[in-house]
Amino acid sequence: MSNDGVNTGRRRFLIATTAVGGGIGAVGVAVPFVKSWNPSEKAKAAGAPAKADVSKVEPGQMIVVEWRGKPVYIYRRTEETIGLLDTNSDELKDPENADEAQQPAYAKNTQRSRKPDVAVIEGVCTHLGCAPKYVPEVEPQPFQEEWVGGFFCPCHGSRFDLAGRVYKGSPAGKNLKVPPYSYADENTIIIGVDEENS
Amino acid sequence: MSNKSAFMSWIDARLPVTATFEKHMSKYYAPKNLNFWYFFGVFSFLMLANQILTGVWLTMSFTPSAEQAFASVEYIMRDVEFGWLIRYMHSTGASFFFLVIYMHMFRGLLYGSYQKPRELIWIFGMAIYLMLMAEAFMGYVLPWGQMSYWGAQVIISLFSAIPIVGDDLVTWIKGDFLISGITLNRFFALHVIALPLVIVALVFMHILALHEVGSNNPDGVDIKKYKDEEGRPLDGIPFHPYYTVHDLVGIVVFLFVFCFVIFFWPEGNGYFLEHANFEQANGLKTPAHIAPVWYFGAFYTILRVVPDKLGGVILMGAAIAVLFVLPWLDRSPVRSWRYKGWISRINLVLFGLFFILLTWLGTQPATGIYATLGLISTIVYFAWFITLPFISAKEKTKPVPERVTG
Repeated sequence: MSNDGVNTGRRRFLIATTAVGGGIGAVGVAVPFVKSWNPSEKAKAAGAPAKADVSKVEPGQMIVVEWRGKPVYIYRRTEETIGLLDTNSDELKDPENADEAQQPAYAKNTQRSRKPDVAVIEGVCTHLGCAPKYVPEVEPQPFQEEWVGGFFCPCHGSRFDLAGRVYKGSPAGKNLKVPPYSYADENTIIIGVDEENS
Repeated sequence: MSNKSAFMSWIDARLPVTATFEKHMSKYYAPKNLNFWYFFGVFSFLMLANQILTGVWLTMSFTPSAEQAFASVEYIMRDVEFGWLIRYMHSTGASFFFLVIYMHMFRGLLYGSYQKPRELIWIFGMAIYLMLMAEAFMGYVLPWGQMSYWGAQVIISLFSAIPIVGDDLVTWIKGDFLISGITLNRFFALHVIALPLVIVALVFMHILALHEVGSNNPDGVDIKKYKDEEGRPLDGIPFHPYYTVHDLVGIVVFLFVFCFVIFFWPEGNGYFLEHANFEQANGLKTPAHIAPVWYFGAFYTILRVVPDKLGGVILMGAAIAVLFVLPWLDRSPVRSWRYKGWISRINLVLFGLFFILLTWLGTQPATGIYATLGLISTIVYFAWFITLPFISAKEKTKPVPERVTG
C-alpha cells in the first residue's frame, strides 16, 4: 500500500487476471482460424475407392491408377524378380516390414502383396513425396551397381526394390506404402477397400 | 524555419512531416565513404516496390484455382496487353530481388555491419530474408506448372520430418491429403496479402533500427565520434540530397541490367523460370529432375547432403538459423574486414565462394561428383560459423583509423 491509496497488490492481481483472461480469449479466437486450414468436408469426401483391371498387365509392365489424388503403381513382377526379392535383405532398411503403418497385414510378406506377382504400391516417395521412377530391368544402373529391379526417386535419389522396400543409404526412411486393396474378381483390383469380394 | 510555407506549418502542427523528413532524410547523416556495396540496400528496396506493383497488376488477371491457374498465366503472357512484361518483371524480378539481397547480406559480412550496436538491424534483415523465402516459394506454386506442384510437394513434405505431429501438420498446411487447388488458394492468399504485409512491416523496422544507430561504413568506424560545433558528424553527409541523387545513378545502371535481362533473357536458361514449369501440374508424374530456383540452391544442397529425412531438415534449418546469431559469433574488436587478420579475410572470401558453389550444386542432380562437392561445401559453410568465434577473438587485427579513409 503506497501513500496515494493505491493498492499495488490488488492492481497487479487485476492486471494479471485481465491479461490471462484476454490471453484465453485470444487463443479462443485463434481456434477457428487454425481449424479452417484443416481439410474441408469436400476434400475428405473425395476419397472414393479406385478400380483397376490387371488382366492386360504383362510381367514387367506397370499401370498407374489415381487414388485420392495419389499415383498408385500396379505392376506384375516376373518369376526372376520375385525370386530376387529374397536375396537383398541385407541392403534394406526394413526388409521384414516391421513398420506396420506402411502396409496392411495381408501385405506383410516378402512381396508385400496379396498375390506374389501383382504388386499394388503407392507411388509416393516416403522421403519428400515425389513419384519414384519404375526401373524394372535387372541390370547395373548409374545409381546402383547390382540392381535387381525397383524404383529410383529422381528428386533425391532414394532407391526401392520391386517390393517397394527402401535401400540403405537412401534419404527415405520407410518402405513405400501399400494401400488397402482387394480383388473384386480374378483381375479386378479395388484400391481403398480392405475386404475381399466386397 | 522562417521560410516554411503557411501550408507546411499547418500540416506540421498536425502531422510531423518536416520533422520526419529531416530525421530520416535531410538531417540523417550517412558516412561519406559508402562505396559500391552500399547500393544493394536501395536496390532491394526498389525490387520490393517492383514486386508489389507488378504483383498487384498480375492479381488482376490471375485465377487462383487448380483448373484455371495455369491457363490464366498463359492468358497473361499472350492476351493481356503488356502482360508478358509485367509477368517477367515479377518472375525475373524475384531472381533479381534475391541477387541484390545476397549482395546486401555479403556487404554486411564484409564490413561487420551486424556487429554491436547493429544486431537488431541484422536480425530484422534475416527475418525479411526468411519471409522472402516463404513468399518466393508460395509465389512459385501459383502458376501451377510441374515444378510448382512438385516443388510444393517436396517443400511441404519437409514438415513431415517432425516427429509425431509431422504428418498431420503436412495435411493441415495442404488443407487436403495431397497438394490441390485448396493448397493453391491459400498460398495465393498468403502470397498476395499476408506475407507482403509482414515483409513491409519488417522492412520498416529494419530501416527504423538503422536510422536509430546510423549506417556503418567500409572502414567500420563510428562517424559520431567526431562532430562539428553544430553536432554534425565530420565524416557524414546528409542522406538527402547527396545519397538520394547518388543512389539514383546506381538505380539507372541497375535498371539497364534488369531491363536487358527482362527483354532478352527472361527465363535465364531455366534458372529464373524452370523449363519443367511450362507443363501443367500433374500429380501422377514427377519431372525427371527436380531442382529449386537458384536462390534456394544452397539450402537445398545442404538438405540433400544428409541421407536421412529428419537429419537433412535439421541441418538445413541450422544453416539458416546460424545466420541469425552471427552478431554474437563474430567477437572481433574491429568491424570491417579491412582491419581484420588475413585468416579472417581469406575465410570470408572462401565462405562467399563456397556459398556460390552450394547454390549452383542445388540446381544440379545429387549424384557422383556433385554429391561429394555438396558434402565438402556444406562442411565449409558450417566450419566458417564454428571457427568464427575463435579466429575473430584470437587473431591480430590492424589498427582502425580514427576517421574514415575513403
